[in-house]
Amino acid sequence: MKFSEVNKPVKRVDAYEKVTGKAKFGADLFFPNMLYGKALHSKYPHAQIIKINTEKALTYPGVKAIITAEDIPNNKFGVIIQNQQVLAQEEVLYIGDGIAVVAAETKEAASEAIKLIEVEYKELPGIFDPEEAAKKDAPLIHSELEDNQVVHHRVRKGDVEKAFTQAEVILEREYTTQFVEHSYIEPEAIIAVPYEHNSLVTIYGSIQNPFSCRNAVANVLKVPLNKVRIIQNHMGGSFGGKDEVISSMAARAAVLALKTNQPVKMVNTREESILESYKRHPYKMKYKVGATKEGKLVAMEIKCIADSGAYACQTPFVTWRSVVQATGPYELPSVKTDTYGYYTNNIYTGAMRGYGSPQIVFAQESLMDELADELKMTPLELRLKNIYHNNSITASGQKLDNHQVSLEEVIAKAVKASNYIEKYIEYNKSQLGDKKRGIGMAVSFRGCSLGAEATDAAGAIVAIQRDGSILISSGLAENGEGLKTVFSQIAAEELGVDIKRINYMEVDTSVSPESGATVASRSTLLGGNAVKNAAQQIKRTITEMIADKFKVKSGDLVLRNENIYNKNNNQKIMSFDDAVDLANKLGVFLSAYGWYKAPDISWDEETGQGRPYFTYVYGCQIAEVEVDTATGQIEVLKMVAAHDVGRAINPVTLKGQIYGGIMMALGYGIMEEVEIASGYIKNTNFDEYLIPTIKDMPEIIPIIVENPDPHGPYGAKSIGEPTLELGAPAIANAVAQATGRRIRHLPLNLERVLLGHSLSKGGTKNDIL
Amino acid sequence: MKINKITVTFIVNGQEVTLKVGSKERLLDTLREQLQLTGTKEGCSVGECGACTVILDGKAVPSCLILTGQIGGSEVLTIEGLEADGKLDPLQQAFIDYHAVQCGFCTPGMLMSAKALLIHNPHPSREEIRTALEGNLCRCTGYEQIIEAIESVAKNCQ
Repeated sequence: MKFSEVNKPVKRVDAYEKVTGKAKFGADLFFPNMLYGKALHSKYPHAQIIKINTEKALTYPGVKAIITAEDIPNNKFGVIIQNQQVLAQEEVLYIGDGIAVVAAETKEAASEAIKLIEVEYKELPGIFDPEEAAKKDAPLIHSELEDNQVVHHRVRKGDVEKAFTQAEVILEREYTTQFVEHSYIEPEAIIAVPYEHNSLVTIYGSIQNPFSCRNAVANVLKVPLNKVRIIQNHMGGSFGGKDEVISSMAARAAVLALKTNQPVKMVNTREESILESYKRHPYKMKYKVGATKEGKLVAMEIKCIADSGAYACQTPFVTWRSVVQATGPYELPSVKTDTYGYYTNNIYTGAMRGYGSPQIVFAQESLMDELADELKMTPLELRLKNIYHNNSITASGQKLDNHQVSLEEVIAKAVKASNYIEKYIEYNKSQLGDKKRGIGMAVSFRGCSLGAEATDAAGAIVAIQRDGSILISSGLAENGEGLKTVFSQIAAEELGVDIKRINYMEVDTSVSPESGATVASRSTLLGGNAVKNAAQQIKRTITEMIADKFKVKSGDLVLRNENIYNKNNNQKIMSFDDAVDLANKLGVFLSAYGWYKAPDISWDEETGQGRPYFTYVYGCQIAEVEVDTATGQIEVLKMVAAHDVGRAINPVTLKGQIYGGIMMALGYGIMEEVEIASGYIKNTNFDEYLIPTIKDMPEIIPIIVENPDPHGPYGAKSIGEPTLELGAPAIANAVAQATGRRIRHLPLNLERVLLGHSLSKGGTKNDIL
Repeated sequence: MKINKITVTFIVNGQEVTLKVGSKERLLDTLREQLQLTGTKEGCSVGECGACTVILDGKAVPSCLILTGQIGGSEVLTIEGLEADGKLDPLQQAFIDYHAVQCGFCTPGMLMSAKALLIHNPHPSREEIRTALEGNLCRCTGYEQIIEAIESVAKNCQ
């Protein structure tokens, strides 16, 4: 298939304003008469609030208003379960809970005033371990609930007990992962403007999911959705992180804006951001696997426990993706998987790139290497014996029969590019000196888009203006990944015009069609199809208009190279501009709403059987490392990443996703951990929470594999999250080969490599404050 | 609380400015709030992320750690000053051409660090580029395309 605009390295449509400093991010907006909001956060991870006295703070010069929970019309919100407090009412449930918010004429006044708010607490014992929270007699985190369980998902396939009796080799292992901070470089920012353009309140800022934010704010204010308008600004990164924390900030700012009748701006410091914003879930994972001596898997039993922290947030869906993908892409006749989420008084956890997969891929891919060792096979051999192929049946009983299952292909390409086979043999030989090398692989399958937990549809508006320029508006939001460029390419492709004609509007919830959230690596697939649908409607309108006038068949007309041609004789009929002029004269409407609803899927909550996702992507990453066994230092030398994306709409922005995903995975694997002791957070800025710098970069070789999917626009599927879930286990497997020691906890930091355990765990409040 | 103001004169993007600033006012705040030069970003306020990098008298510095009151007579170049006479700096063009931009929040700081490097070393090696940009965090790009962009300019530099 030949394309003119898609499948090409088109330059980003938003790059100019970003390289010149003209792009406006949330914190860059200033409104006349604007106030600055600042939140007072809790002093304890769990405490009863006896009394809040704001009198002194209110007298501080410049202070205009202070709100507490009493001022919030409806204090509870949440996308899945509405139990997150906008401001703490009777109890604080985690260290980042807000108590009060000040609005003042200057940032300084707001910061000074919150120090004058007097809060009387009664400190309460907290629960900081989800396994403690799971106990029958555990105190309740949410007193209105019967227990501390957020959710429990199951997969039941075959007879696991019986299958294990037939296994010749059985391995039981436990793996754990850590709290991880999104570390978007732009801290959260919100401006709420009252009574602007007929809306009760208009909210600007770094908002990943404008429609989720609108739902939350409207619910909190108890007003209809059409009174709240959210306009997204340029986003300084999100990675799943600017959802609930931003909704909460937007709700607080909105209440203050309406109370003062002035715009209210809130911008978090990095410390406030790390203290308040949700993290990636830490998991405890118990895996039991049975296999034959020949290496054929016969059964797997899995139990995963996720720490949800104080609120439900996205835990119900995060743990659902885990339950679907927990076995990895391996054929297994018998599976029993349970995933749980429990409330604790730790910081709450939510969506972060990967969304329940980085944890289980780490466990399952470590386990495969451990099993290969046990069976005296190579990791590659064991995987090739068990991976999914076309028509394989997944643990959920889904037959993979509607797309190319390309695991063998992605593995082959990654193996070749990394010289895996030769290097694996070489590094297995004894290595002289302190520095030892290893090579490790990880593979995965990943369901595209939301899956069976939520309605999955998206919309877009394509509107041709009088002069032939084109506006696109979609409900999905650019988060930095390149969505505006990809959607513009798709519209240009369908309409046969140059991408320069297109201007992609920021999401405005009062204009753009509600499209669900920009999550789950779903935008190209869902939103791309919606843009394509809208453009196709306009194309039909144009061809019918011309067919009518020139007495040709509309089906014979094609739009390409800025012209309309008769495809039978390749004759140009008119230019695109002339067609637009003609439509203007004839009063033909050249705008369309496009809509795409994902194919039907199904899920049985009791058995975990069904069709949880309508299609999947496949990937393989291979890491080569050098470990200094004297110091514990791990250097990642090279990462090879082969990903089947269906079709690369833009191969260069796609490579950018791979590079970025790998570096984030490298952080997850060997560097990053939000250190939490008894609910207190120790590392609250980038001087202590270290993320990969340019110096940590390995050589990265991205390999794009294209097996067009029948559901995707031009066959395109997903890339954002798959790139992130494979790096840590590939590195862990490489480190195990290099050192001969298996580490079953992330991150693989110096102490763990050297001593086998982390020195920074188990601190008390006094140790860290 | 009244804070004593200091009058300070310095050059920003080729233009002399005279401002009254608080004794604790950071250059970052002066640029963003007094001069509306919001291209310089605030990411951590402790000099770790590099989003606020500007060029001060030829050197890349985190403007969150500089007090404006102390830079009288100095010359500051911000991202807004890179584009000259309606023409993008070669580095800016290369960042577009090599897809070195994703969310764009770290981009101004990255560009200023890269510019400072090329002022002193027009033909840096890959390793020298990595050293010069070590203080600029990016969470989106994985840095590869940023290095490629800078290398392309270094290669074409006269």
